[in-house]
Formats: sequence, C-alpha cells, structure tokens
Amino acid sequence: MKNGTNPEADRDQKICLSFNVEGGNFLAAGEASIRLKHTLQHIGYPASLIRRVAVAAYEAEMNIIIHADSGVLKAEVTPEAVTIWAEDKGPGIEDIGLAMQEGYSTAPNYIREMGFGAGMGLPNIKRCADIFEIETHVGVGTKIRIVIFNKQKTN
Amino acid sequence: MEKYCSIFLDETRCTGCTNCIKRCPTEAIRVREGKAKIFPELCINCSECVRICPNRAPVPQADSKEILSNYRYKIALPDPAIFAQFKTKYTPHQILAAIAAVGFDGVYEVARAADEVSVAIREFIADHKGEGPWISSSCPAVVHLIQLRFPTLTEQILPILSPVEIAARRAKEEAALQANIPRQEIGCFYLTPCPAQVAAIRSPYFLEKSNVDGALAISSLYSELRVKLAKLEKQEESPVKATSLGLAWGRIGGQTKAVQADNFLTLDGVFNLLELLEEIELDRFNNNVDFLECQNCQGGCVGGIFTAENPFVARVTLRRMTNKLPAKFEPGHEEKIRQYYREGFYNAEKKVEPYCIMSLDQDISKAIYMVEQSEKILKHLPGLDCGACGSPTCRTLAEDIVRGLASETDCMFILREKVQSLAEQMLSLALKVPPVTVVQRQIMKTQQEVLELAKRIPPPLARREPKKED
Repeated sequence: MKNGTNPEADRDQKICLSFNVEGGNFLAAGEASIRLKHTLQHIGYPASLIRRVAVAAYEAEMNIIIHADSGVLKAEVTPEAVTIWAEDKGPGIEDIGLAMQEGYSTAPNYIREMGFGAGMGLPNIKRCADIFEIETHVGVGTKIRIVIFNKQKTN
Repeated sequence: MEKYCSIFLDETRCTGCTNCIKRCPTEAIRVREGKAKIFPELCINCSECVRICPNRAPVPQADSKEILSNYRYKIALPDPAIFAQFKTKYTPHQILAAIAAVGFDGVYEVARAADEVSVAIREFIADHKGEGPWISSSCPAVVHLIQLRFPTLTEQILPILSPVEIAARRAKEEAALQANIPRQEIGCFYLTPCPAQVAAIRSPYFLEKSNVDGALAISSLYSELRVKLAKLEKQEESPVKATSLGLAWGRIGGQTKAVQADNFLTLDGVFNLLELLEEIELDRFNNNVDFLECQNCQGGCVGGIFTAENPFVARVTLRRMTNKLPAKFEPGHEEKIRQYYREGFYNAEKKVEPYCIMSLDQDISKAIYMVEQSEKILKHLPGLDCGACGSPTCRTLAEDIVRGLASETDCMFILREKVQSLAEQMLSLALKVPPVTVVQRQIMKTQQEVLELAKRIPPPLARREPKKED
C-alpha cells in the first residue's frame, strides 16, 4: 500500500490517547485496551511489545471497572516506549504489599463468579512492565504508571 | 512467498453496493470507481463476501477438472465434509465408490489422515502441557486471521500439518508402492469444501511446497457425484478406512472429540473468532484451556462455501453416519502413529510468521505521525460508518486517507459541507453589488432562496452538531 507524505518525518513523534473507563460496566470491559492494541498494530510495533502493552492495559482497565467508580486510561506512544497511566476515583488500596501478591484479591464474590478478580491483576501488570509505579490513597483513588520500552528501536 | 487470494471479483456482476465491505472481517475490500476491490494481502479467504453479496460478484476459485490430465495416476482426497452432502440412504462406502467413478484411479480419505493427525495433536499437547492454549491449524482462514490480526498469537498455532497434507503424502507413498508408479506421475487432488484450502495449497503456511497437486470444489463435482450414486449397483462400494473420529473432523467439535483434549473450547464462525481471539490476546484464557478448535465457517467444514447441503442438516447427517463406523484403530496402529510423531513426520517445516501489513509505515516515527493524522481526520468524519465512501467505516477511511488511498471528499458529508461553504462564498460574492448599480429586489429574493437551500441539512445529519476545529 502507498504511504502518505510526512513533512516532519525526522522529528520523533508521539501520540496521546485517552479513554474514559466506567466503574462496574463489564459490558465495555477491554474496549480501551483493544483500541490501544489496534493503534499499536497500525504503528507496527513488534508483536511481543504489543502483547505486553495489551495485557498490562487490560488488567489496569479491569481494575478500574472492578474496583473504582470511574477512571481514565491514558497512553503516550513514542517510538522508544509506550507509557500507560490508569487513574481512578475509587476506594484506593489499603495494603499495596498484599495487593502485589499473586492470588490476593479484594474483589467481591459476584465479580469472582464472573471470572474476574483472581488476584492476578497487579502482579500481571508488573510482570509486563519495565517501569511500574503505583500511588494510592484510601478513599480517594489509585494512580498507576506503566512504561514498556521498545527494545527493537535501535537509533 | 506471495500470499494467494482465492476469491476473484467479477466486475461485470458487481454493482458497487457496499454489502461486502461492511461484512469483511479483515476490512480487505473497498469500493473504487463503482466496483469492489479486494486487497489480496488482507484477504483471509473466509468467504463472508461470497455469502453476503446479492449479485454473486465475489467468485471463490478452485482448480478445474482439466488439471487431472497432467498426471498419469490421479488420486482423490475427499474432505470428510463430502460425506454429509448426500441423502442418508447412501453409505459412506458407496460415496467413496462414486468419487472413484468420477475419474480417479484411487481415493485416499482425508479422514484417514485426520485420524493420524488427531493422535499427533494429542501427543503434542501432552508434550507441551501448560504452554497453551494451542490453536488448531487445519483451517487456513483461522491461521491467516491470526497472522493478520493477532500477530502475538502466531506462536500458539499448533505446528502440526493439516490432514490433507498428510493424506497426500500417504496416498503417494501407497500408490508408488502398490501400483508401482513413479511419484512425479501421481497427482493428488483435494475435494475441498472451501476456497481457503485452495489458497493454503498454493501458498502453504507450514511447508515450502504442498504435497497436494490441486484442489477441486466439492460443489463442482456435486451433480456428477449424484448421478454416479444413483446409478451405483447396490453391492458396489469401497470400504471406508477412517474411523468415525477422523470423519467427525468435517463438523465443529469433531476435531476436539478426536484429539480427546481435556480442557478445550470449540468455536466456529469468523466473527466469533474475532471476539474470542481478542480476549485470548489479552491473556484471559491461558490458565484454563489447552486446545482451541477454531473453524472459520459456521458448523465447521460442512459450512464451507463449496458444499451443497445446508450446514445444519449436513452436521446431523455426518453425525449419524459416523455413529455407524468404528471409533477405534486396529490394534497397534496408534503406537505406529506415535512413532511417526516422534520422528517428526507431522511437524510443520516452517514457522507461521505474523504479517506486518497492518502497520501504516515501516518507520515507526512516520507510522506514529500517520496514526496521529488519521485520528485527527477521524474527528472530522461523521462517524456514521455508512460505507458510501467505499471504505467500511469512518476509521478505515481515515486510515485510507493517510495511506494515500482515499481523500477526505470521498465522504459525502464532508463533500456536502465543502459545497455548502463554497456556495455561501459564491453567494456573498454575488451579493456584492457594484456601487454604480441599482439593486433589484427580485434578484435578492432568488439569492436568498439559494442560500436557504445550501444551509439545509440532510436527514441523517439532522441532529449532528457542526464539528469544531481543534
């Protein structure tokens, strides 16, 4: 296929995407992550990077849907890295150490019955991320920052 | 290797309606100059356009019977789905005899090879426990869909050759030995239920070159087979050598049954596949499922576009037929297959690589710039996904514009807005009367009417707010 012209090809590019995530809306689960994934496919990142971003973004998105009232999933995409911010207004996390343990979950039963809330969310994100930061205030909300580097980018 | 597309678009039949572009699961079709165009590199040969087109413009391709004459010894490789195409009064043994009578020197059932492949898959999954889910690889449309849309899942495609490839190998071995004919004079022809298999034979994904020499559509032999079956003497039959499990590969769930997977999921229909593969790519099933049987067509291969019988009826026919056949191998046969598996007989010769065709540009910076541009363009498009521009959705139109394949004015709403603003400009110019002229009331009125007309909004856009510039 033919390509469009780009007068600024030399300059390093970035795009910012932002998705609102509604707490408790399981019908929309994954919409933001899938949109982000398709965008990365169009950019042509290596499959392994896309998979890590997609999984991390999906877990972060699900965390907002399961636990929070509302939130935003934001992504900044550059040739070198993909950075994701997931910020929510919600209950916050009381014990981050526990939340980072595999299998630890505070999700209520009805959510577990839907197959979510297995206590793998944060550990999964950490496994996929090169940089993982979390900031939480009980009763206010949680902010997560995930950076995944594109290791194939050499220049 | 060049990717082969086995759907040909007959422009004389195409009216340029937008049914196919809206239906295509990989967005591989555009309407340009009043005719649909298929991008072969994006087409997975799923046949959805063939199913939806009211004018039968997309024509699925297969070989014609004439290619048989290129070979001295001709072997038919009938797909299990073929057994479900006839009335239940015919036994599978009779159907095999009829296939031979159509012009073949020998028949080797693909179901027999499916029996072998089932064991190989079972062994492979046992050897790679916990690395799943392993995605069945015998449906070429599924493999192409994954290569195109789910590049991260290519490593989970079962690297085991499909039954038809194994059937061709076995048939040639057998014929060379029994009939004492040099291999190059033996031709193996797949009687295929779908064009995706035709494409997989011409550009194989697991092999450098296919063992199969041609593929004939089941539908192209159908009437001939029916005539032969009706004329067949009662005692005339050729015994089926496959088990009922091999034959069950023709319908959805059959493969799973034959493989005897513990944790499995069966899935048919390309749109269901899109949805589920999306979730698998997000890691939702990894811990639960070992084997995923994926079939592009509803009902499995009996739902292929080259079949004659209704797929739901065919499923029942096939189930009834298989119930009458033995489900077990002869003693010792399974051990022999395991031996072959250990020797690598069923292994794929090359890896299935993802297609990078989705990306807008090879250079990542440039691609990011183009994505940014397309997002900007998208904000100006009406978001109705009407297809009147020839692209399936507003999003694809935006991508086509940055790829240089379309222009913004292909959107009839954008075009209309441009015409409107142009009309307004013209009018305001026309209203500018030279100071030396006396203004005539009548002219003013006509101009006012034109202005009103230009401002009128078409019904679909009645409630649309004018887009603001960013």
